[in-house]
Amino acid sequence: MAKQIVIVSGKGGTGKTVISAAFCAIAKNKIIVDADVDAANLFLLLNPVNKETHKFSGGYQAIIDPKLCILCGSCRNNCHFDAIDKDFIVDEILCEGCGLCARICPNNAIKMQPLNSGEWYISETSHGIFVHAKLGIAEENTGKLVSLVKYKATEIANKDICDWIIVDGPPGIGCPAIAALSNSDCVVIVTEPTLSGLHDARRVVELAKHFSLPLKFIINKYDLNLEITEKIKNYCENNQIEVIGKILFDESIVQSIIDGKTIMDSEEFKHKDVLVHAWNKITNTFNN
Amino acid sequence: MIIAIASGKGGTGKTTVAVSLALSIEKDVQLLDSDVEEPNVSIFLKPDINKKENVYIKVPQVDLEKCTFCGKCSSVCAFNAIAVVPGSVNIFTELCHSCGACKHFCPTEAISEVDKIIGTIEIGKKDEIDFIQGKLNVGQAMPTPIINAVKKQINYSKQTFIDAPPGTSCSMVNSVMDADYCILVTEPTPFGLNDLKLSVDVLIKLKIAFGVIINRCDIGNNEVEKYCQKQNIKILMKIPFSRKIAESYSLGKPLIEDFPEYKEKFHKLFVAIENDCG
Repeated sequence: MAKQIVIVSGKGGTGKTVISAAFCAIAKNKIIVDADVDAANLFLLLNPVNKETHKFSGGYQAIIDPKLCILCGSCRNNCHFDAIDKDFIVDEILCEGCGLCARICPNNAIKMQPLNSGEWYISETSHGIFVHAKLGIAEENTGKLVSLVKYKATEIANKDICDWIIVDGPPGIGCPAIAALSNSDCVVIVTEPTLSGLHDARRVVELAKHFSLPLKFIINKYDLNLEITEKIKNYCENNQIEVIGKILFDESIVQSIIDGKTIMDSEEFKHKDVLVHAWNKITNTFNN
Repeated sequence: MIIAIASGKGGTGKTTVAVSLALSIEKDVQLLDSDVEEPNVSIFLKPDINKKENVYIKVPQVDLEKCTFCGKCSSVCAFNAIAVVPGSVNIFTELCHSCGACKHFCPTEAISEVDKIIGTIEIGKKDEIDFIQGKLNVGQAMPTPIINAVKKQINYSKQTFIDAPPGTSCSMVNSVMDADYCILVTEPTPFGLNDLKLSVDVLIKLKIAFGVIINRCDIGNNEVEKYCQKQNIKILMKIPFSRKIAESYSLGKPLIEDFPEYKEKFHKLFVAIENDCG
């Protein structure tokens, strides 16, 4: 079975995608997943060639047929989301698609229409097969789409007998993060030496512990504040979490993003060994 | 007036902008942190919290004495939150959307709705600024009810700033949907641009007026500016990168504390937005 390595951070902008892409360049025999489906960025570094595009419907939306509606108000009175207005129009953002209204309408005036919630893709990249997605504008059900791309990647990994599934995770600790973390074999938390970075990373640590998942830390831009870097290391030590890498603040990383490359493919980036070393520390935990 | 600060991409400087605005204007201000998964405003604002309230959602509870294990609740649940096998009913409360369908359709009235805590809101003050933040409990999946609880505290007689979560899905949409204006904070990289475009699409769909702040404007390229010019999007402010700003940020200091010249800039920005919104 391929091992799932999920890269998360809590706080956004700490370097998840750059580090995920680096691991994609280093790891052999892997499938790549972007599980940040509402602000996906990994494709910008992997230059994917699309092979398959699939529609994703994350749920339903109630539609009231004005010709059949007898204005009885039953739907509106029973909707727990205040999604039906005085003119019996359903607010598409408030509607959760539960279908209660459609079931109780005495005149069958309400249909539940499948939502067009986004798309998911299978692509080829020079670093391997890439499963990714794009959530529709202002759509919800992010967690379902995250689970779906992970599920598809696992199917391919099983078929192709891959060793690794590398998952670039979403920020936060809510449904997309939970969906990204579930069934993972190792959670890599990318943090930065700022009070907000540490605060947010701690919440992801709690989340990973809640699901009893093994954890590693990478401290990105560690030289921005050496005192807080020290604090993060102490925190990890006290919680028996291994720090597998520390990366300097480095403007060549921004250049590699602009060039659409992973840092491992960038000539300007000089600290490739740090990433190789970090990846080896991840793989070693499975060899022992 | 309600001004939301959002970004698409995380880590671009939403919280910096929200806190700077709140500290730079002379009005009665409310600052709301609706990034309930990872709230950070309080690290910079350092408010005194004087009230905490739990946020509950309604989840079903089954009275097994009345239950006939008919499976109706499970079949009407659109979220797969109930599984019924003879002799037992399993409720996965983390999947429950509190729609009430199971209770409504239970033929034996065996289902009641009970409160489940999913997080808290905290209310406090920093000098004259009212502060409200929501916090999702770790392990809970659904931030929206907490965001709504934060927004219930909006005082329409004050100037409200909402620090929104990153992304473009339900949390972000719920945070910005009642705003009169939204500031999108981005950075001039392909990541920043990609996520800016996604957030612009959301705001156009929601019909919310907006402008853009480019943070670390001198690291990267000029594609964000080109995009904004082409789409006629107002660039409200540009903040150059400075290692000193990054270091001051790392310590949880508000931008205008170490860089007081920004106070005037944010004040002007606010006046410009006010004029824009009429």
